[in-house]
Amino acid sequence: MTTPTYPRLDTLAVHAGQSPDPATGARAVPIYQTASFVFPDTDTAASLFNLERTGHVYSRISNPTLSVFEERMAALDGAPAAIAVASGQAALHLAIATLMGAGSHIVASNALYGGSHNLLSYTLPRFGIETTFVDGRNPDAWQAAIRPNTRLLFGETVGNPGLDVLNIPMVSAIAHACGVPLMVDATLTTPYLSRPISQGADIVMHSATKFLSGHGVVIGGVLLDGGTFDWEASGKFPTLTEPYDGFHGMVMSEESSVAAFALRARREGLRDFGATMAPMTAFQILQGLETLHVRMPRHVENAKRIVDFLASHKAVEKVTYPGLESHPDHAVAKELLPLGAGAVVSFDIRGGTGSAKAAGKVFIEKLLLFSHLANIGDAKSLVIHPATTTHFRMDAAALKAAGISEGTIRLSIGIEHADDLIEDLSRALYAAGKVAGL
Amino acid sequence: MKFLVQQQPAYVYTGGKPFDAAKPCVVFIHGSANDHSVWTLQARYFAHHGWNAMAVDLPGHGKSFGEAKTSIAANADWLINLLDNGGIATTALVGHSMGSLVALDCAARHASRVTQLALIGTSVPMPVSDLLLDAAVNSPADAFDMVNIWGHAPQLKWSRNPSPGTASMMASKRLLEQSRPGVIAADLSACNAFLPDESTFAAIKVPALVIAGGRDMMTPAKSAQQVASRIAGCRTVVIEEAGHGTMQEAPGATLDALKGFLKS
Repeated sequence: MTTPTYPRLDTLAVHAGQSPDPATGARAVPIYQTASFVFPDTDTAASLFNLERTGHVYSRISNPTLSVFEERMAALDGAPAAIAVASGQAALHLAIATLMGAGSHIVASNALYGGSHNLLSYTLPRFGIETTFVDGRNPDAWQAAIRPNTRLLFGETVGNPGLDVLNIPMVSAIAHACGVPLMVDATLTTPYLSRPISQGADIVMHSATKFLSGHGVVIGGVLLDGGTFDWEASGKFPTLTEPYDGFHGMVMSEESSVAAFALRARREGLRDFGATMAPMTAFQILQGLETLHVRMPRHVENAKRIVDFLASHKAVEKVTYPGLESHPDHAVAKELLPLGAGAVVSFDIRGGTGSAKAAGKVFIEKLLLFSHLANIGDAKSLVIHPATTTHFRMDAAALKAAGISEGTIRLSIGIEHADDLIEDLSRALYAAGKVAGL
Repeated sequence: MKFLVQQQPAYVYTGGKPFDAAKPCVVFIHGSANDHSVWTLQARYFAHHGWNAMAVDLPGHGKSFGEAKTSIAANADWLINLLDNGGIATTALVGHSMGSLVALDCAARHASRVTQLALIGTSVPMPVSDLLLDAAVNSPADAFDMVNIWGHAPQLKWSRNPSPGTASMMASKRLLEQSRPGVIAADLSACNAFLPDESTFAAIKVPALVIAGGRDMMTPAKSAQQVASRIAGCRTVVIEEAGHGTMQEAPGATLDALKGFLKS
């Protein structure tokens, strides 16, 4: 008798959550484009509403196509439960709204996606939830920022665009010692490069728009409950441990020992906030997800080639990539991201005798293969100037704290041939260098 | 809600309804290194349909305090103490895996307290391999994986789970990982050592039902049917697509079988 094994990630990416459609035999995931589902009888209807039976009632709460995507992501991330939502931002909001209310506090790394920074910095204070941003590399800063009303620590596996690598075991230890969970945005790494729950995170979110899909045709997000946090022992999360009047006095932590957070997020959050994913979107994300384990190695391989090219180019001031020994998180990346630090690369263009901003403008406009747009994680290579786009709401101090300068360029490396990408970059850098007098 | 049993707090999930000893009672008993949450769907149904549903956390499991018992008989006696403290004179018992052995032993030795008996994922004896017993003591993480993978129907390693948004394998894995140190070793050892003779089966005089998973690799349906054959008048329901944990892998079919059997 030998020890049994779980299916590997490659197999789960293709199969998890799906078996041939029992009604038609369809091998592909059917798109259940329906708002609601017929009850076979009145007793079953009542049982479905009261969580005595499993099944689908209304597509705002659950849908069979979404369920395949959710179960696949849960399997890939090693989580008991997942919830598909309308976007990565919806995932972040759903998590926060499930865990806390007015008067609560979050501690977040200052190396965050601009959209997340907006929500935490400008919008949530209006609802009584404050956030303290800290240097994610500094354990003392995390510790010092925690208050009695802190309910969540939050960071990104690889911060965007400074590419800070979150030391998940370090931050989770601080969070757990204070009785709060750690949530990690793993958008830039996907489960192929990082499984944050296995490293100490309790909740994981992704923007599924990015590498999970790989095709850039949908907006979507997913929230995962790691089932690792003891809500009752913490005593700080009444939404999960006390009777909920909105569901007949249900106590989530009694209903589910491993997915109380996901239960509340679905039964309250999807029901009341309604940021659900469309079935067609789930189907399209699944088409990409099936090749995650094939695409990600190519993304990473191409990124390494381009990093090497940029690092030796005279028009480039600095290259930021955790795979480089010069990156402050290189050692953490080697330990936590052994298969690679992703395919987002930042670099600062030289201003020379002109300005970095002007050189950057020329560089972007001369590119032919790289597309200038606000997204990452596409099969196609992408480029953007964060200071004037994704992070334009941040003031100079916040930009500096996030590692962004006026000349910072962010690349999302696709899966084209690396030689063609380097040729494109070379041409654009030559033009930028001329503007800079190099 | 919590009871005090053998001087230790014991947790009982009541299916979303207040505990009411005046109603007909059904007690759900979980398996090795599990807790009450494996029963929430079925317990909610019975609680909302006229029953006093009680899904227990055995001592040392879930939210119950104390040490895990090291024998099936000790668990059965603990259960009777729980009923005593709750003012429950008689009850139906529904047990899964190790819980089925506890229910069987309870019904045999405390026959006056049991009205109906349902055994899910059962086998008597319930031999545990040396490989698994050794892992339970020396490398619990490996034991969790063995129990989890062998405990699911093969196709559930990846295929669609009945509960939307849940990965059954991951949920069961996490539940096992939440068990306290030593619990899985105590539970599996207790299962392995439970070797009742025919008098145990002869003592069962109440209506009985065995529910088996057609793809159960831990307690194959054939073994479950043999248990049924030793209890007078016992019926068997085989849920073909399910593995060891039918109440989670096929919750609707399991509920339908229990609904047809349990009569208040």
